[in-house]
Amino acid sequence: MIKARVTVTLKNGVLDPQGKAIEGALAALDFGGVGSVRQGKVFDIELQGSDPAKAEADLKAMCDKLLANTVIENYAVELA
Amino acid sequence: MKSAVVLLPGLNRDRDMIAALTKISGQAPATVWQTDTEIPDVDLIVIPGGFSYGDYLRCGAIAARMPVMRAVAEKAKAGTLVIGVCNGFQILVEAGLLPGALMRNTSLKFVCREVKMQVANANTAFTRGYAPGQIIRSPVAHHDGNYFADAETLARLEGEGQVVFRYAENTNPNGSINDIAGIVNDKGNVLGLMPHPENLIEAAHGGNDGRALFESALGLKAA
Repeated sequence: MIKARVTVTLKNGVLDPQGKAIEGALAALDFGGVGSVRQGKVFDIELQGSDPAKAEADLKAMCDKLLANTVIENYAVELA
Repeated sequence: MKSAVVLLPGLNRDRDMIAALTKISGQAPATVWQTDTEIPDVDLIVIPGGFSYGDYLRCGAIAARMPVMRAVAEKAKAGTLVIGVCNGFQILVEAGLLPGALMRNTSLKFVCREVKMQVANANTAFTRGYAPGQIIRSPVAHHDGNYFADAETLARLEGEGQVVFRYAENTNPNGSINDIAGIVNDKGNVLGLMPHPENLIEAAHGGNDGRALFESALGLKAA
């Protein structure tokens, strides 16, 4: 069993209204010094098999086909 | 002219769309379910609005990967007209049948109101029933209608006349780039738009500004 974490984040230059709202809420809670907030997604995925190279290739394909919208999002794959 | 409506769990504007197509074309559209792999021989396929799969992951993302969408892609490739309204638009971009992406409204609020839309290109299969530049009333109801495309894609869309509808008179409800409300693909046979023309087709709706879109697509308006 291979455990992996996929992180999906918005590309630079893509407006993130939710991140902006969170930024405003942090300021409202008196957290000073928050430069900016960008919201993303995390997927924890368990894969059968033990070949890390295959797992990484599969996970990248999953990102390209479903987990990320590559028009607006980047992704990173991390094996535990 | 025959039409078909794509049904997916979580869509909720399918009845409105079926009623509009029935009234305008004089015959009820065929319906196809998400697991159907074939779509009957029709002139127009419509993906209605709603919240397919509860907007999980991204709006339209799950629906776009269902078997019926492969059949829609084949029909689109063969030249059949396809319209995606609201969630249908989101599904079409997620399926890669239209460029760009639809993001959360900049206000972060769900907007349900009437806006004004300008016909930016009246020379398409969907808009030939309108005058160039005509301003029409358009109901909208969505949370994620903020159209985005990278600079290169945007330049191509604008340059090739693929921006078909634009929010007008400062009524952009979602922060969409260049006030884009609806676009067509490069072949001009796939249209996606956020507003709901099916909800403004007869006097009982308080107006019929949306009717010409369906009349155009159904071949009821002369070119």
